Amino acid sequence: MMYGVPGMVAQRLMQLVPVMIVATFVVFSLVYMMPGDPAMMIAGDYATAERIAEIRHIYGFDRPMLVQYFFWLGNALQGDLGHSLFSNESVLRLILSRLPHTILLVLYALILGAALGIPLGILAATRQGTTLDKIITSVASLGVAVPNFWLGIILVTLFSLGYRWFPATGAVSVFEKPLEALYYATLPAIALSTGVVAVLARQVRSALLEVLGSQYIRTLRAKGLGSGAILWKHGLRNVAATMLTIAGLQVNRLFSSAVIIEAVFAIPGVGNLISYSALNKDFPVVQGVALVLVLVVILTNLLVDVLNATFDPRVAAST
Amino acid sequence: MTDTNMTAMTRTAAAPAVRATLPPPVRFRFWVWLWGDKRALISLAYLSVLVLAAIFAPLIVPYAPNKQNLMDLLAPPSGAHWLGTDDLGRDTLSRLIYGSYNALYAASLAVGIGVAIGVPLGVFIGFVGGWVDQVGSRIIDGVLAFPPLVLAVAVTGALGIGLTNAMIAVGLAFAPVLARTMRAQTLVVKNALYVEAATGFGASRLHLILRHILPNAIQPVIVEVTLMLAVALLAEAGLSFLSLGVQPPESSWGGMLARAYHYVEVAPEQMYAPGFAILFTALAFNTLGESIRVLLDPTIKRR
Repeated sequence: MMYGVPGMVAQRLMQLVPVMIVATFVVFSLVYMMPGDPAMMIAGDYATAERIAEIRHIYGFDRPMLVQYFFWLGNALQGDLGHSLFSNESVLRLILSRLPHTILLVLYALILGAALGIPLGILAATRQGTTLDKIITSVASLGVAVPNFWLGIILVTLFSLGYRWFPATGAVSVFEKPLEALYYATLPAIALSTGVVAVLARQVRSALLEVLGSQYIRTLRAKGLGSGAILWKHGLRNVAATMLTIAGLQVNRLFSSAVIIEAVFAIPGVGNLISYSALNKDFPVVQGVALVLVLVVILTNLLVDVLNATFDPRVAAST
Repeated sequence: MTDTNMTAMTRTAAAPAVRATLPPPVRFRFWVWLWGDKRALISLAYLSVLVLAAIFAPLIVPYAPNKQNLMDLLAPPSGAHWLGTDDLGRDTLSRLIYGSYNALYAASLAVGIGVAIGVPLGVFIGFVGGWVDQVGSRIIDGVLAFPPLVLAVAVTGALGIGLTNAMIAVGLAFAPVLARTMRAQTLVVKNALYVEAATGFGASRLHLILRHILPNAIQPVIVEVTLMLAVALLAEAGLSFLSLGVQPPESSWGGMLARAYHYVEVAPEQMYAPGFAILFTALAFNTLGESIRVLLDPTIKRR
């Protein structure tokens, strides 16, 4: 088994190479989706001919597309994501200064979502068919359908403008004042977590029901094992991998919703950065954020795979 | 993936047992199902009203949606303005009804683009197999790795802001999801006995795909598409909230929320109507999707 996990990681890394190539190519080709001459689009309406020529050269629009891609990828691999067209700041530095806010928000929402969603799922599964089960299932349906940003607005109205328990907007650096940063991130994290709560509650419920209805659980029950021991020792252990996988998949969704939640709470994260840059056609920044976030997601999925293989010998053995 | 294989197999196995309970005549079957599934009935009724409201918006709105009344800004609900007025004195109810058109148009456009790209792609790579499947699947994985809304924001920024471009962007994010489902289904159906039989009778590849594979592989996609309408609706609202989608003065539920949020301390009641409109519509699509899933898959026990 010790042999299995590193082997699996190596195999996963190999599989990630083509995914990375496609993802980076998508980010690169965004420039080509612009209508008309991309250099003129980037330069804006009042640009001089020299500025357009300069941009054309910076982006390498005068060379074949594949050459440009490898040129761009080479620069990106060295950490050179270009400069903002407005502030002329380094895109990488811009992103790195804002990424901690977004990561904190997403992690916070993920933890909140798991802390609420998993117990709700277990509760619903062990009391299948009861009123409690129906309430949990219905609330989960609401949780998937509610627009996070609307919930955010309502939370601000209630708890910031109404009761003044939480600050309405803004964020604090997690490195300088960690506790205050958490305090500022609480309302946005709650607004963001509804989808995770709902999905985890549903999936844990159905996965657990499947395990609890299986043959070996029936055998254990016949042998006289109590339902508590069955749930904690056998049921949940077999659902753990499912929980982890689903929680990992939520990271993708959370980064999506964070784009809008950061706008509601005026959090200076990468979500706010990309929507602001898209509105203002600051293209290197848009590409940079998309690139960094897709890498974060890919690495998260790898981490989930590794954790699964570490805890569940069947996963490592199957590769 | 093995999961869909399993359901597909049990489905064929369970089919005779279901048939044995004497189904209603074909033309009534839809109504019998709808009557038996109250959630689907309510969802479908709500969505029908919404579609009618969107189509006949000009005839039923009490005020022109862009008519400003600067004497009556941010008014609370009253007899004259059932849902009050916004920061420019425009009637909220009228804008909400006009917003339903943009919401439904946006959701259908995004999902339509996703289907138009994803379904043929999935069938193609699943049917051809080999290196085509290898390359196609890696492309699907690569696009799926993006947080969907991040990709949509980036593509909208490239294509230019506006509702149609934003929904093309969302559709591009949907396409790989549908392609993956369609590919997996095609792989299952491709090896079915009836496909083999048709091949034996000398059916062309196109005939095989159109007459045998597509109809038998499409079921999970129908469910997925219904659920995606909700996702697209939420995406439209979100992108319009960020002013990347519907542009003023046109009305959209997300845009209305953005304005309402701006004046939330003066007129907090303005944020409820558009929010509930989004919530109920997304809920209706989701509920309908789940009902169709149960309908199409006899192995799931009916609630």
